[in-house]
Amino acid sequence: MTLLRVKALAKSFGGLRAVDDVSFTVAEGEIVGLLGPNGSGKTTLINLVSGAFPATAGTVRLGDVTLTGQRADRIARAGVARTFQLVRILPSLTLEENVMIPAVFGARAHWGAAAREVAARALEQVGLAGRAGVTAGELTYIDQKRLELARALAAEPRLLLLDEWLAGLNPTELAEGIALIRALTGSGITIVMVEHIMEAVRALCPRVLVMNSGKLIADGETGTVLADPQVIAAYLGEVSDA
Amino acid sequence: MRFILPLAGLAALAVMPMWLSEYGLGLMIGLVTYVTLASAWALFSGHTRYISLATAAFYGTGAYVVAVLNEVLPYPLVLLSAAGVGLAMALVVGLSTLRLAGIYFVIFTFGLAELVRQLITWYEVNVTGTLGRYIFLDVTARGIYWQMLALGAATIALTAWVHRSRLGLALRVVGDDEVVAAHSGIPLARTKLVAFALSATILTVAGAIASPRYVYVEPAIVFNPTVSFLTVIMALLGGANRLWGPVLGAAPLFLVFEYLSVHFPDTYPIFLGLLFIAVVFLLPDGVLAGIEKLRARRREARS
Repeated sequence: MTLLRVKALAKSFGGLRAVDDVSFTVAEGEIVGLLGPNGSGKTTLINLVSGAFPATAGTVRLGDVTLTGQRADRIARAGVARTFQLVRILPSLTLEENVMIPAVFGARAHWGAAAREVAARALEQVGLAGRAGVTAGELTYIDQKRLELARALAAEPRLLLLDEWLAGLNPTELAEGIALIRALTGSGITIVMVEHIMEAVRALCPRVLVMNSGKLIADGETGTVLADPQVIAAYLGEVSDA
Repeated sequence: MRFILPLAGLAALAVMPMWLSEYGLGLMIGLVTYVTLASAWALFSGHTRYISLATAAFYGTGAYVVAVLNEVLPYPLVLLSAAGVGLAMALVVGLSTLRLAGIYFVIFTFGLAELVRQLITWYEVNVTGTLGRYIFLDVTARGIYWQMLALGAATIALTAWVHRSRLGLALRVVGDDEVVAAHSGIPLARTKLVAFALSATILTVAGAIASPRYVYVEPAIVFNPTVSFLTVIMALLGGANRLWGPVLGAAPLFLVFEYLSVHFPDTYPIFLGLLFIAVVFLLPDGVLAGIEKLRARRREARS
């Protein structure tokens, strides 16, 4: 069943078409990689789907709900959760409070013990259980990334948007990160992940989308797409066989 | 246990006028007024970190509503009208400014007090033809004290409730990161507007309750920007995001300023400025947070 339908989506910043007539669908439970060189419009696409700013044209639908034209908080309550390219935690709140937020203000609107339970489960999923009372500002970078993922998971989303969640990790942490995301895929959650690390894309995503200069230039099975000369020319170059 | 201490304190404050001189009572009215203003200010600004300099705008409006209506309506209705006017003004101001971030919000709120003052001055001069107004109300100093004490207690009780509610949690998230707040499902505009309106309404009622002390009211008196600055510095000194922070900041600072303004009437604004700088540099999170940090350091040193 199709969960996410993006149709003729466009975003202009002045004269720049950051996202230019992009259409694709994502099925429920699927995990899709979103690739492309820097400035190709990947993050803008994530921002459009999550409602960080309005689209210039086109539509985004999640199931039966039209997301385009809605405020970010309504889109979040409709079941879309995200992480940010530059990690964004709530530094003055504890880990438990950080993770509780989308559980409290999201679709399910948990409160009290129920919200704490969701938070505890999400913290455990990312390996931060037992540190619920620590203030988020004191965490290391990898743990901040874990926390951000836990926060997205606590929203109990239908669609999870990861914006370079694996960037900036060392090899050990990367292996942990990949294992963490793989563990999620069995749960029925749908994931669209922007990622530059090919190792992770090959390991996690059976299907990838490739963007270049705002346009979607390829959409298909990961191996086939990465071997496509047009894709290699646009972006991958020598990285393709890394 | 959590309720016993504050309630006992409130009872002690309530019976205090029995033993106070006229001057002592006046001092206590001022003190309780600033405790109320600082607590009400912190209700919005404490968690969101939107520094509002509009306190004088609302406080002055409250006083002005009383000045205009005191001979027309019975006193309780005058207070109610003040609350209504404050709420309406807060909604208009909130809807138009809460999108502004950081320094732009600060400047706007500062301008607001000036704008309201100029508008009223213009209206009084051109339409009614008199600039000053008199407030003749049958309210004693004790009456004012008790009313302000009740308002202050209600403000602190409301703050305690907000801290434990969804609204309080949402405000803290807004203070940390508005983008995360929005993407977590928090309606930004509504959250900020509700808190701002609550805070502004209390500030307006405080102005209304305090107004009979002035007897003679004109815009330059009641829209005094010093009120805004004092409120901010008091709340920040104690710790604006703590329940008792504004109280702990307002009580000593009010007494210090009172002493300085009596003994050094000319140089006292300099002390005000120095203190402002000292608070921002030395105790950016307030005294309470400072004490906690000190304790944590000692504990670490011991272990």
